[in-house]
Parts: sequence; C-alpha cells; structure tokens
Amino acid sequence: MKDIEIKGMVSAHAIIAITILLATLAPTLFVGNYSVYGTHLVWLYSCCSAVAAVNIALYALLGVSPTPKRHTLSYKVTKLFRSFMYFGFSCLIFHGIVVLYGAPLIESALETFSFAVLLSTFTTLRCICMLGPNVQAWIRVFSKNGAMSIWDTSLQITTLCSVIGAWFGAFPIPLDWDRPWQVWPVSCTLGATFGFVMGLLVAPSWIYWYRKHLTYKSK
Amino acid sequence: MPALSFLDILKFVLMASLCPHIFILCNAGKRVVFMGDDTWDSLFPKHFQQSFPFPSFNVKDLHTVDNGILKHLYPSMKRKDWDIIIAHFLGVDHCGHRYGPDHPAMAEKLTQMDQVIRSVARLIENDTLLVVFGDHGMTDTGDHGGESQKETDAALFLYTPSMLVSTEQGLAEPMVVPQIDLTPTLALLLGIPIPYSSIGKVMVQLIPSGDLFDHNAQELQQAEALFVNAKQVNRFLETYSLVAKHLPQETLDHLQDMYLKATKNYIMLRDAFATHSPLNSQELKKLISDFHVYLVSVQEMCKVSWAQFHSLQIIVGIIVLVGSCVVCFIVSEFASIVESSYKELLFLAVFTGAFASGTVAIFQFFWLEFEAFSVLGTFTVVAQVAFLWKFNHLKNSNRYFLNRAVNIINTALKGELQMTSPLIVFMVFLLRCASLFSDSYIVAEEQVVSFLLSSLGLFILVHLTWYGNLLHSFIDGFKTTNPGMSSQQMAFVKDKKTMHVLVACVALLMFSLCLSHVFHGCRDEQVICTPSLFLAPLCTLQDVQLRNIHYVLSVCSLLTSYYLVRRWLCYYGNFNSHSLAVFVARFELPLLVVCICLFWAVSSTPEESFVNWQQFIRLASSVFPRVAFVLFCLGIAAVFWNPLTVFVKPKVLSEEGPITQSYRASGCVSPQAELQHLIPHIYQCMRRSYQVPKEEGESLKDEYYQPTVEAFGLGTVYSAPMLLILVLFQLLLALLHPEGLALSFLLMLLEAFAILQIHSKTSSLYRCRLYSDKFSVPWCVVLMWALASTQFFYATGHLPTFPSIQWNAAFIGFSEGHSNQVLPALLVLLNTFSSCILLAVSCPLLLFWPLICEPSNTAKSGSKLGELKSDNIPVMEMKLRDNPEYFSRALLQLMARYLFIHGAQLLASVCAAAILKRHLMVWKVFAPKLLFEASGFLVTSLFVIISLILIMRVDVCLTRWVKQLIPVDSR
Ligand SMILES: [Zn+2]
Ligand SMILES: [Zn+2]
Repeated sequence: MKDIEIKGMVSAHAIIAITILLATLAPTLFVGNYSVYGTHLVWLYSCCSAVAAVNIALYALLGVSPTPKRHTLSYKVTKLFRSFMYFGFSCLIFHGIVVLYGAPLIESALETFSFAVLLSTFTTLRCICMLGPNVQAWIRVFSKNGAMSIWDTSLQITTLCSVIGAWFGAFPIPLDWDRPWQVWPVSCTLGATFGFVMGLLVAPSWIYWYRKHLTYKSK
Repeated sequence: MPALSFLDILKFVLMASLCPHIFILCNAGKRVVFMGDDTWDSLFPKHFQQSFPFPSFNVKDLHTVDNGILKHLYPSMKRKDWDIIIAHFLGVDHCGHRYGPDHPAMAEKLTQMDQVIRSVARLIENDTLLVVFGDHGMTDTGDHGGESQKETDAALFLYTPSMLVSTEQGLAEPMVVPQIDLTPTLALLLGIPIPYSSIGKVMVQLIPSGDLFDHNAQELQQAEALFVNAKQVNRFLETYSLVAKHLPQETLDHLQDMYLKATKNYIMLRDAFATHSPLNSQELKKLISDFHVYLVSVQEMCKVSWAQFHSLQIIVGIIVLVGSCVVCFIVSEFASIVESSYKELLFLAVFTGAFASGTVAIFQFFWLEFEAFSVLGTFTVVAQVAFLWKFNHLKNSNRYFLNRAVNIINTALKGELQMTSPLIVFMVFLLRCASLFSDSYIVAEEQVVSFLLSSLGLFILVHLTWYGNLLHSFIDGFKTTNPGMSSQQMAFVKDKKTMHVLVACVALLMFSLCLSHVFHGCRDEQVICTPSLFLAPLCTLQDVQLRNIHYVLSVCSLLTSYYLVRRWLCYYGNFNSHSLAVFVARFELPLLVVCICLFWAVSSTPEESFVNWQQFIRLASSVFPRVAFVLFCLGIAAVFWNPLTVFVKPKVLSEEGPITQSYRASGCVSPQAELQHLIPHIYQCMRRSYQVPKEEGESLKDEYYQPTVEAFGLGTVYSAPMLLILVLFQLLLALLHPEGLALSFLLMLLEAFAILQIHSKTSSLYRCRLYSDKFSVPWCVVLMWALASTQFFYATGHLPTFPSIQWNAAFIGFSEGHSNQVLPALLVLLNTFSSCILLAVSCPLLLFWPLICEPSNTAKSGSKLGELKSDNIPVMEMKLRDNPEYFSRALLQLMARYLFIHGAQLLASVCAAAILKRHLMVWKVFAPKLLFEASGFLVTSLFVIISLILIMRVDVCLTRWVKQLIPVDSR
C-alpha cells in the first residue's frame, strides 16, 4: 500500500519537476531574445502557470484532495471562490513579508509581487490542491504531529524547501560581483525554484528512508 | 594596491615633513608671517615673525577666521617685510561640515575666496609665487577624512606674474601631483634645503631657469633639482634603514645602485656642461627619467613597508579574544557551577595572572624594554588558562558536564524540540559572524543584520506553530480520540490572544526594522545611495515647510517615548512614592524633554532671519543643552541614590472585608492594573506570614493575611529604575544627534519592546515544558538583542568609517569650542555608540520582562485566578528576591551571553582583518570596522557593568526597605 503510494508520489513529483524544466525552456520558441535573467518575468510567469496547471490537474486526477461532502454547484463555486481568495491573500502576505525583509517598496513592486506569486504557487497553491481552502487543516499539517498521510509530509518538505531556498537566494544580492542574476528578485526566485525542485526530489526519498518511523493516524 | 595606506603614509609624511619644514623656514632666516587657524600657532609657537591667530575649533563659525585674515592680509602684503605669508582660510572647510557643498552659504563662501585670490593675484609682484591649495577635498555631505577620491583630491593653483612654465609645455590637462611633492618643490623654490624626512619628488616643471626656450639649460636645471632631491632622499633612507630594520635589504641595495648610477651620470653631464661641450639631450632625458624612477620607487617601497604587520601580536590578540569568548561561554552555560565557586575561580585566575605578568614585567624591566602590552597580554592569557584549568578540576563540574553532554546527545538523537531551536539560532549567529569576513557584507551590514533579525522573529513564530505551542490546545484536542468540534474550537480560541499578540509583535519588529532603514547614511562604496534626509541638521534644510514638519516630528517622537514610559510606570504603580526616582520620572524627565525641544527650536532657526536676536540665540543654544546635561547627571545620580519606586501605604486598621476592597480605596490606577498591584501586596503578607509567626504558631497566620501593608510597584521594583535610566540615556543621546534622529530613537524603543514582548510571550508558552533553569534567558533572544544593537548603530546614521563620525556632537552646548580634549571626546563617543549604550543598559530587562508580564499571561490563559491561591500568586519581580541564588545566576548568565555574542563578533572582525590584511579593502572596510567593533565592545561591557551596579544598588535598597518595614508592623 505504502510502496504504491510512494511510487505515485515519485511519478507526480517527477512530472512537476519536468514541467518546471520545460517551462524554463519553452519560451525560447515564442519569445525572441529570451533568457532566464534577461527576460526574467517571462520565465517567472511561464514557470508559475505551468506549475499551477500541472499541480491542479495532477491532484485532481490523483484524488489526493479531500472529497467534497456535497456536489452542489453553489458549494463548488464558493469553494473555488475561497481558493482564489486564499491564493490572493497568500500572495499579498508574501509580498508584505518580502517588503518587510527589505525589498524595495516602490521601485520594483511588480517584480516583488511576481516573486510573491511564485512563492504562493510553490506553497499555498499546493496546500489548496491537497487540503482544500481550509486554514485549520493547513495549520494541522504544518505542526509536528499533524501529518496524516505521506502527501502531507511531502507538502511539509516542499514548502519548507521552497521558503528556505528563497531565503538563501537573498544571500548573493549584496555581493559586488555584478552578475545579472544578483539583481532583485532573480536570485530569490531561482533559489525558491531550486529549493522547490530539491524538495520534490527529497520528499519521496525522505519518506522512503523513514517509512518505518512515520506513522500516520487515520482521519 | 599601494593606494591602500596612502592616507596613513600621507598623514605621516605630512606630519614628518611639515614640522621640519616650518622649522627650517624659520631657522633659515626666512621671515614668515602667519594668519588664520590658531592650531598653527600652538604647533609652532614663536616661530613666526608675525602671527594673527584666530580661534578655529568651532565648526559652526564660518567667518571669524576668514574675516580676521582678510583684515590683515593686504596690509601685511604691502609692508614687504616678509618672505612667506601663510594665510589659512577655514571658512570653506567649516561651511562644508556645516551645510554641505550644495548650499547657498557655500556659494557665498566660494565667491568670497574667489575674490580674495583675484585681488591677491593682482597685488603680487614678479618674484612672488602665489600657491593656493587645499589639504583635502570633501564628500557630498561636506565632510572629509576618508579615502574616497572626492576627499583626497584637492586643488593646487600656482600663479606668478612672470612666466613660470613655457607655453610649449603648457599643460592641456591639469596634472595630478601627490601632496608630498609640495614640500621639496616649495623648499627648492625658496632656496632652502629640502626637509630631511621628506620623500616627496620635486615638481620639475616648476623649476625655473634663466632661459625658458633653451631646452638643454632647462633640463639641466631640472636634473639638478632632482639630483638634490635624490641626494636628500637617499640620505634619509640610509639613516632610516639603520634604525628601522623592516625595510627589505634587496630593495635597498637595488635603490642604492640606481642612485649611484644616476648620480655618476649627472656629475658627468654637469662637468661636460661646465666645459661648454655640447650636451647630449638624449642622455639628459634619460638621466631625468632615472631620477624619477628612483624617487618613485623609494616612495613605493616606503608605502609597502610602512603597511607592515606584527604577526605575533595579532596572534596573541586573537588568542586572548578566543580565551575571553570561551570563558564567557562557560560562565553562561555553567552559570550555577561558576556562581557557586566563583571565589576560588576568580582568586586563582587573578592571582596567577598577576604573578605571571609581574614576573614578565620585572624581567622586562631589567633585561629588555618595558612593554605594557605584553604585560597585559600575559595577565589575560594566564588568568584565562588558570580559570579554565580550575574550572576543569572543580569537583562537580565533570559530572555536570557529562550530564549535559549526554542530555544534548540524547535530545539530538531524538530530534526533539530542544535541539532544533538552538541549532537554528547557532546557524544564524554563525552567518552573522561569517558576514564580517566579506567586504560586501560589511558594506551592507545594516541589511544583513536586519535580515537575520527578521528571520529570527519569524523563526520563533514558525517554531512555536510547528511544535504546537502556539496552538497546542488545538492539537491536543485533535489527538484525543473523539474531539467534539466545539471543544476544539474552544481550545483554538483560548490561545488565540497570545498568538495575535505574538504575531503583532513580530510584525512590529519587522516593521520598525524596515522603517529604521530610512535613517541610513552612505558609505563611499555605495554608489547609488543618498544619505537620509533626517541626518542633516535642521538648520541646513532650505524648505521652511519641511523644516517645520521635521521639527514637529522630532518633538512628537520625544514626547511619545516619554509618554510611553510614563504610562508603563503608572500602570505598574510606580508613580505613587516620594522617592527620588519617582521625582525624576515625574518632573525631571518632562523638563529634560522641554529643554531639548527648546534647544532644537533655537538651533534650527536660521541666523539670517532673526538678526536682532542673534545674541539671545547664541546664548540659548549653549544654555539649553548644558541645562539638559546637568539634568541628565542629576537624574542618573538620583536614580542611583534612591532607586526604589515602591510606595507603602500605612497599615489599614479596619478588619473588615477582603483584601481587594481595602485596596480599591487607594485609587489612582486603572482597574485592570489593580490585580497586579494587589499581588505584591499579598506577597508582603505572605512574606510576613512565614517570617513572623514562626514563634507564634500557625493559628496566627490568618491574621496576617489581612492587609497589613500595601506596597505599590513592588512587582517592578527592578525594572522601573532600569527603564528610567534607559529613558534618561535615550533623551541625552537624542540630544547629541541631529534632530531628525529622535524618530529613530523612538523606533528603537518600539523594537526593544517588541523583542521583550516576544520573549515574554514565548517563555510563558514554553515555561512549563522547556526551561528547567529558572529565569534563564534563551540564546535566541539575547542574540536578537545584540543584533538590534548593531542594527541601530546604522539606524542612528552611523557607519563604521571615520568620515561618518558625527563630530557636531562635540559642539552641542559648547558652540565656542572646548578648553580640554576630554569632554568633546566623551560627547562624540556617546554619540557614536548610542545604540550600544542603550541596549547594553537595558539588557537586564530581558530577565525581568517575562516576570512582569506573567500576571497578564496567566490571567489570560488561566481562569481560576480569582481564588488567589497563595502558591499560585504571581509576584512578578519579587520572585527574584525569593530565589536570590537563581536570580544572580540568571543575571550572570544573561550578561555572559550578551558579552559572548558581542565578543564573538569582535573576534570575527579581528580574524577578518588579520586574514585579509593584504586585501584591497583592508584600510577602507575591515580595519575601520574592527576599530568600531572593538570600541563598541568596550562601551557595551562598560554599560553592562553599569546596569549590573544599578541592580545591585536596587537590591541593597530593597533589603534596607524590607528591614525597615518589619519593625513597624510587628509593633
Ligand atoms: Zn574639515
Ligand atoms: Zn581641513
């Protein structure tokens, strides 16, 4: 049972990782003089949208997300609406935190917000996909004994890795190397993406390694 | 690369060369007339034929010196009884310091100087040379002393009515000459010997010859000048290399060869010229370039060798620092052991240290040269070694150490919560220290520190959530097998308030960190950077509207910080007694605030607009700050003299009713505070109940539960004077800064409050589970406190560079200048290390704050407090008096931790400077940073000790007070 689940997770994560790779390469076909640093926002949006689309499709197909109690249209619409609202909120909160961390307030507001959107895609969007728009469930998952399935554990790991990646991404900014990727927010977005991909890779192996220690309570 | 220490060498050379120059001028029988800066007169007393000195120390005075010079300049020139006139104008320099280069006053000053130069140039005759030069340039803020291009570049203007340079040679582009070349050139032009210790190179273009158009004659003349110059430099080098052994021998030999060869050639050519044989112009050119090369290489060699380092001293210094850090760490981690046997430890350490250093001193005294540094070094190293040795041999330490190690390993293996938090904190601390090794990170230190500080704040939140401490009831509820939805939500709500407060505090912390970037200054290395508008003194602001807004903001922030502290004191009932400390809080602080506001108002009024009032303004601008200084000193003395803010209400005779009623009658405080004032009072009852009835038996105990004595503010008996001292210092330091920075000081208060709140909330959440040590302050918070101290160094407009020192602080209240050197140095020190001072003085608050907040914490979470069980009563800081051994231990630990963090930063800075001593940026970034870090560390240690003394003083007073109380009541 567990092995099958882990295999499913490996394939799902591999698909997401490959999507990121493709999303990085694909714009060369459409955009002239494209490069990850030069036309950073293009890369960012393509990456964001690809990850979002794949995540939604994947977890809808896999059926990881909690099964809805009712099937009425209005219920679905409110759920969708709440999902969008939470995503927007999380973008704003990330934006606020990043600005409080010392990002320029006015100068590159668009870049900062895009970075917040990217972070939200890597973290909040996955939460919404897996747990639904339910803050209490999120808080439950992000506490020590709160994981109830390997998907929850993978969510913990990927979220942590993307945030830490973004955190480390800020390190090279003050250095005087004058590289194109030191410009705000390139290094942070790259760090977050790298952290996310690492999280995707680490999560299944971590779960496999500690499968004896991990015990999940049934819902 | 050789430009590294150019400034140091320059200073050295100037000092070495200027003094003999003047001596020689005077000794050579030249008649020197001097006018201007009176420093010259004190440097060279009685050397001048005539001198007109004017006081120069006051930076705000733009005109006295210049006008004085102008009064004497033209008459002196006309008298013609001089060889040299030195006129040292100071107005431009002072104007730069005061207003900056882009101010109408500067334009006015420059126009005036322009006119002076014009008229002097018109007056001089053919045999006179007018030399106009500045000793330095200025930065965009009008200051100097650094090594940026703008500071070291100064103009040199030479003019004489006769032709100096042949028009063919006329320079299309102005050439750049080192300042040290001025000395030999002027000496030769005056016809006197070049000063012995000068290593400058004569500016050959200025050496006149009879015929401007005879190239050979002119070049020979130049060669002669160079020959004289080289001879002098060579002589200096020979004698210098005999004394100082650090010049590389090979280079010296090589230089000697060059010199001998060139001299031989020169003599040959000169002889040839004397016999009227035709000169080979090629050879002449080569000779000149040989001399050039020789002189330049001498300069190069001196520059390199004067930037030498003493490796042994560096290593010993690092060892001493490492030892101190280790001792600090041991004291903080094993506070209980150290505290229990501190007498042995201290005695052994001091005794052996003194013995060893005494031996070294005697040895040196008889057989070697006496060196204070090595004696001190020996003392420190030996004392540290003795301390560590003794500590290792203490009876119980081994067991304790083992236990601890086993504990740590166990928890690490389990991956338990105790480990992750210290690990992350340690990592952040390591990152902080590592950041001192990179010049880019030192340049961006403000951002680095606030980044780490925000991260720590957020980390605490995440950590609490992860381990369910923040929302633990929710998780606990979840764990139980059948949680009703309602109970879950109830539990969720219960801790919500704490969570909200915590989140708000972290947000406040990050917000104030973010806002404090507004007050930054700019380093030379930061290209795209404009210094904060708040850093400029108000009088330099042109826009009246803006100036008014700034003034109002500053005054408001001062008032707000006073109001906040007053509210706090009032809330905890510290405002009722008649002690001196309360008097300070009630009357003296407002007076101080008013004084500062008035001073700012007076000093920011533009002088032009109130011409009639000038006398008054001048008087007021020196009286108000002096009054403030006196008030500050009185306040400090009063708080130390009588620090208790406890108010005792005489015994209530009525026997009716519970305690609360009799309490209510006393009034003056808000209802929600009542509970907290009641508590100390009950504490007193308890105290008495186990002090007195021992002989009278149990039955009497109940009687003593009645309100025998009421004491207000006993719960904050330690922190109230601490807070008072903090505010006193804050006001004084705000006075020493530019007006706008009062806002920054308010921010500092808010940030400190946020950290304290975070600390107290976290510790109340953890209390039962984590801390076995009573009162102990965790590393995380101490690190935050230390980081805040670094961060506010920047947020008060300071930078670890010498040009950015706010010298204006020395003239606050002393606009006429000082008669001694101590007071201005003290004022500038206070100004520069204001953040270190404030955060070091208030450091013990970290220990007190959780205790102060305890009642509100328990009142919010626990609901059964209404019954007031005697063992459940929060007695706030009285807890400390009940557990004196824990109190002293925790205090020792806190201080040791705080000093350890600062010491480790200093160590990192020292190591960075030592390892990177050949780095391009060592003189620009690392060395100044090291000096600032070291002085900051000293100031921090000093003020930590001062705060300790205050606590001890409070303790003594409290003991006396309690003794006084008992006989009164047992009557
Ligand atoms: Zn100056
Ligand atoms: Zn000057």
